[in-house]
Formats: sequence, C-alpha cells, structure tokens
Amino acid sequence: MTSATARVPVRRHMAGIRRGQAASGYLFTAPAVIVLVVFLVIPIFMALWVSFSDWGGRGSPFASGVHFVGLKNYGALTGGGGLAEQDFGTALRNNLWFVILVVPTQTVIALLLAVLVNNRILKGRGFFRTAFYFPSVTSSVAITVLWYFLFNPTGAVNQLLGAVGLHGPNWPADASGVLHDLLSLVGLRTGPGFLVNGSFLGVTWWDWLSGPSVGMMIIITMVVFTTSGTFMLLFIAALQNLSQEVEEAAMVDGATAWQRFRLVTLPQLRTTLFTVLTLGLIGTWQVFDQVFVGSQGDPGKTTLTPAYLSYVAGFQNQDWGQAAAIAFILFAIIVFFTLVQRWVLRERGVSRRRMRRNGFDRNDSGEYAAADRLLTAAAVAGAVQNRDSSGGSL
Amino acid sequence: MQRRTTRIAAGIAAAASVLALTACGSGFSGSGSSGSTASGGTGGLTSSKSALTVLIGSSGDAETAAVKSAVADWSQTSGTKATVQAASNLPQQLSQGFAAKKPADVFYLGSDTFASYAKQGDLLAYGDQLKNKSDYYPSLVTNFTYQGRFTCAPKDFSTLQLEINTDMWKAAGLTDSDVPTTWDQLATVAKKLTKGKVAGLVTSNEYQRLGAFMVQAGGNLTNDANTKSTVDSAANVKALTYVQDGLKAGWWKFTKDVGAGWGGEAFGKQEAAMTIEGNWIAGAMTTDYPKVHYKVVPLPAGPAGKGTLQFTNCWGIAADSKNQAAALKLVEQLTTAKDQLAFAKAFGVMPSIQSAASDWKSAFPQFAPFLDAASYAKGVPTSVGSADVVTDLNSKMAALKTADIKSLLATEQKNLSAVVPG
Repeated sequence: MTSATARVPVRRHMAGIRRGQAASGYLFTAPAVIVLVVFLVIPIFMALWVSFSDWGGRGSPFASGVHFVGLKNYGALTGGGGLAEQDFGTALRNNLWFVILVVPTQTVIALLLAVLVNNRILKGRGFFRTAFYFPSVTSSVAITVLWYFLFNPTGAVNQLLGAVGLHGPNWPADASGVLHDLLSLVGLRTGPGFLVNGSFLGVTWWDWLSGPSVGMMIIITMVVFTTSGTFMLLFIAALQNLSQEVEEAAMVDGATAWQRFRLVTLPQLRTTLFTVLTLGLIGTWQVFDQVFVGSQGDPGKTTLTPAYLSYVAGFQNQDWGQAAAIAFILFAIIVFFTLVQRWVLRERGVSRRRMRRNGFDRNDSGEYAAADRLLTAAAVAGAVQNRDSSGGSL
Repeated sequence: MQRRTTRIAAGIAAAASVLALTACGSGFSGSGSSGSTASGGTGGLTSSKSALTVLIGSSGDAETAAVKSAVADWSQTSGTKATVQAASNLPQQLSQGFAAKKPADVFYLGSDTFASYAKQGDLLAYGDQLKNKSDYYPSLVTNFTYQGRFTCAPKDFSTLQLEINTDMWKAAGLTDSDVPTTWDQLATVAKKLTKGKVAGLVTSNEYQRLGAFMVQAGGNLTNDANTKSTVDSAANVKALTYVQDGLKAGWWKFTKDVGAGWGGEAFGKQEAAMTIEGNWIAGAMTTDYPKVHYKVVPLPAGPAGKGTLQFTNCWGIAADSKNQAAALKLVEQLTTAKDQLAFAKAFGVMPSIQSAASDWKSAFPQFAPFLDAASYAKGVPTSVGSADVVTDLNSKMAALKTADIKSLLATEQKNLSAVVPG
C-alpha cells in the first residue's frame, strides 16, 4: 500500500511531458482497429470455423446445432471423385491459365504505357494518362456488358476480323482450349495416353493443359484492358521518383536507350514491380465480377473460377461449409504465390558470371561492392559535373 | 510504463472484440427462440402482432405492382400490416435473412432451390394446413414435397410449348394441317423453314428445354417422385440422339450458335422460324418484338406420347417468422383464383390451382396449349445438389452436336445418383 502510493507519483514525474502519449495513440487508432476487427478479423475467423462445420445458413454458426465436421468440406473438394471435386479442379485450372496470361501481360503493358506517357517529349501527356486510366475508373459491370457485346459472334470484333478476311470464332460459346486448338492445328487432337488417363482434382492432365478457352479470352482481354491503366499509374509515380542524375550518368557512360531502361530504370522499379505483381496476382485469383455478370461459368464451365464457385456453393446451394472451404483454399493459393513471387524478386547480389565479366574476383565480393560504390559515386559526380558544365556553357 | 500501456491496450482490444462477438451473437440467435419453437410443427404456428415482410424476385414493375396491390388488399381486410420488397438478388437476400434469423416472412422460392433451404430447416412446412390444398395440381405439390411433407404452396407455374412464326410458316407453303404432331413431322417442317440465315428451330442447349424431348421419349432425369436418378435411360439417349440428328442436319440450332441469349431473342429477331419456350415469351414478344406474328402449338408427341417440362415457384414461409399464422392466411389469399387471375393478367403466369383453369383459358385462348400441358408435364429434379448436376449437364450439352451421348449421360447419372435420395 505504502510502496504503491509512494511509487505512483515518482512514475508520473518520470513520465513527464510524454505521459499518456502512447495511450492517446491507441485511442486515436482504436476506431479503425475496431472497425477492422469487427468487419474483417471476426468474420474471417467465423468463416474459418464455418469451413470446418456443417452450418447450413440458419442462425449463428456458433449455435448449439452446428457441428464440427473436421476436414469433410475440404475433402469433398479435393477428393472423392464427385462433382464438387471436378468443379473445383476445373475452376482452379481456368483461374491458373487466367493468371498466367493476365498478370505478365497487364504488367508489361502497364510499364510500357507508363514509360510512354512519362516521356517528356510527348505532347498531350495529360490526355493520354487520362485516356489510359479511364477503363480503371469505369464500372467493371458496365465494361463486362460492353465487352460481351463486342465479342458477340456477329459483333464488332468478328466484323473487324472479317474485314481482314479472317473468320472469327463464336467467342462466348467456344469452350475449346486455346492451347488444344493450337495443337490440333499440327494434328494433335487427343493427348498421349499418360496425360489422358491420369487426372488431378477430377480433371485429366490433358485438360489441365488445355489453355484458357476461347470464351475465357474475352475476360482475359477485358481484365488486361481495365487493370493496365491502374498499374500504369503506379509505374508513373515510381518513374517520377527516379533521380534524373543516374539516368544521365548512364547516358554519359554511353548506354543506349534500351540499356538504360533495362539496366538502370527497371532495377530501380523493383519495389513497384513487386507491388504491381502482387496486386495483380491477388486480383486475378479472385476474379468474380466479370464471371458473375458476363459468363456465369459458360461456355462449358471454362470460365468457372473458385471465387464464383464459392458464391454458387453458398448462396445458391446453401452449402456454406464448402463455400468457406473454397475461399480458404483460394486464400492459401494466393499466399503461396505471393511468397514465391517475393522470393523470385528478392534483392540479389550481382551474379558471378557478371562479376567475372567485369574483372572482379569471384571470391572477393567486398572489393566488388567497394568498387561498385566508387563507380556509382563517380558516375553521379560525373553527371552532376557534366550538368554543371553544360549549364555553364549555356 | 511502455509495457503497461501495451497491456491496457490489449485489454481494450480484447474487451472490444468480446463485445462485438456478443453483439453478433444476439443478432444471430437471440431473437430465434420465438420462431424456432414452432418451426415445422403441424399445428402450432407462431402468432403475433408483428407486420409481415414479403420478399419477391420480380420480373419487372408490372409484377411488383400486382403483388403489392394484392398484399395491400389482404392487409386491409385482415388488419395485419404487410410490406412487399422486390429483391435485387433473391437467393442472396434470403440467405442473409436466414443467417441473421430475421428472414422475410413470405417469399418466392424456385422448385430447383427450395429443397436446399428445406434441408437447413429454413422453411415452415405448412402445405398440409392450406385450406385449398386439394385444388393445386398434384404434380406441383410433388415438386414442393420435401421428405414426404408438402412444404410450400405453389405460386404459379409455366410449361414449354412450340412457338411458330406464322409469316415464315405461310411463306414456306405450310398450312394449319402441317403443324407437327410427331418428331418426324417436326423435322420435316423445320427443314422446310430453314432458309439462309433462318434456322427452322432454335432453342437453348439447356436441359430446361431439351428435357421436354426426354419426357416425350418416356424419360427424364429422375422418376416422377424425385427418388431415383434415371439420367442414362434408353429414352433419354433416344431423345438426345434426335436432337443431335437435328443439329447435324442443320435445321436445329442452339441459341449460342446464333448469338442469342435465349430462344425468344432468336425468335423475335426472326433468326428462328420456331422455338421452344414457356408462357413468359408472350410478354417479351409484346414489348420487344410486337411486329412478329406467331402462334403457340403443343410440342409434338414422341415415342412415348406427349410430354413437356414445367417450372414453378412457391410461396415460402420462414420457420423463423414471428407471425406464421398470418403468413399462412396471406398465402391462402394470394393463391385464390381471384388473385392468381389478376397476376396472370398483370404478368402472364398460369394459376397453380385447377379451379382457375377455365377462367384463365377464356382470358387467354391463344395460350391454351401451355395450360393444357398441366396434365402431362413433368417437373425438373428438386433434390439438394441436383441444380449443380443440371448445370454440368447443360455445359456438356453445349457440344451435343459432336458429343458421345451415352458416356455424357453415364457421367451425369453418376453425379445425380450421388445427390438423389434413395
């Protein structure tokens, strides 16, 4: 008692003017934290529980009538040979091809557009920036409806193809895989036995290798069209942050435009590249709007995606456990690919091959690093000096 | 100091989340006790003074207005307040209501999805308490029977028949006596009608259309009582082979192949001389394609006689409704001949009770074939999970022209037997 009363004033005194700062900090962040916890963290844990339960959508998932069923919901998706497994396998196959095509394409196009509109010589840069960004701010539902209109068998796309003498496919109804179509051009119509007979998640290996369907190409082009603008904006912001001096130093060193882009600009964009690829990866694994509005999984279930499948399982079939299980498998997939991508894009030293080429001893990374610093400093200084002198001459 | 503040903050966060959880808990289960006591009981319906909510999946303003006025009339005579909401996404809004234990009291429910709600105990099985129980078409009652209990009152129904573009019909030199009554005759007239961009017959590739031919051949996906999967029956093979022959010969086309969303669109744009749709086509033809002249005739008979598919909705009542007694009275009112005929006039549905049939036919003589089909039409599978199987079948039938019918049906037989009880 006495010690407590004696200690408190001392503490107060010691805390001084900063007393209560931390508490205020927590107080100010509390609204945001509470909102996050209530609307995000708790629902996520509820969903996790639902994925292990037999909850049927009536009342609370924590009510007494709801039972723990272990991995039953996950098991139905990953084994058992039923329709659920086959649908899930098909959805994963479709989405995998979707990601493989969309993520690199949209990143490359976004970077290209950013470099183009960041060009100082370009007239009307503002106009182009707005034009390229416009699809991103338009409602995805509106664009989906429009896109399916364009890709109608008698629509604008096929009219254009017809004008150059090509006979366009019936886009929204063509369930054949693009890769299979290409293989059939060289006469390979059915796969080799080991691919046709073996299967994973109810889908044969041959069908895993089908590529996106012609119908899926509609959604692929649409998503590339809409998201490239968004990511272009990120790249523009990053490009404007790059220091002009390094670029000019490279110019002084005699680097060509392509070398400057590949060896000077691109490595400096690594963090932005990581952001764009991660956002792209997450967005493409969760593709839903376009499927929900445009195709509903048609043609032939080739635009079925896990996100849409989860919606159907929950809201149409009232199979909430399975819907939640799909969502969590999807979550695991996204986390996995993000980690892989992070590992691929990690900071690395210069390869040994390049060190040898530049005349450094492979075992002496310290000397290389020192030399590198020196060279960079010299280059920057050179560039500054160069600019000073050119400024002087003017 | 630093450590202590962290601990306090953690305590606040924990308290907040516990509060939030309990708040959720009360929202989910607190109000449930009043409704669940009587759920599924034969006699004890909940009764209170609370107002009723009616949730409908409306086809448009005409339907919403008609239901609103019928419900308002009932409110006036019964003294119980009731509001009608047109859902923008019915399954989603229903699910949200059930999960919160605050569902709409009365709502539309399709025959293909009602079983999954019934399985979860969302629905009050009130069918046996309806005063006009015996007046409903027996096949509709079968459609809404879950585990031997007549669950909800059929709201209305529709059937498929053949629509013919009369101008094209005359141009091809055909007369009334040429109206097809057999599969062979259908093929003959369709070939005559196929010219240039016009296909003789255009339908969607769904079971919901092609299934009519399965019935005509004596098959269907399940038996009539929905207790046994019969997908791979010889009759179904015969039916799909007939369709496949038509596709190969070119007089039958799928809507996707002509770039139409449904049969009515191809028919309205005059890319099809004939199509197979239900009575809902009447509204679309009047509003979107008023210049196209057409008539409705019965589908031709197959090897096993006449056959078609029927589709229906029911008036669901929630097990968690606080005023089930009033909800039941409302449903009884909404399914009377008077109200159903008013709905028929407003948005073209067919009454679910037999006593309204003659009045409906005299009001809409040109659509009589749709109602005549009530005696021989078959329903679609209703058991939990069958909707997925039908979706899978539909996706495969898109390629029916080149498909191996027997193996296609064998796969779906496997899938459907997994979900059909018994």
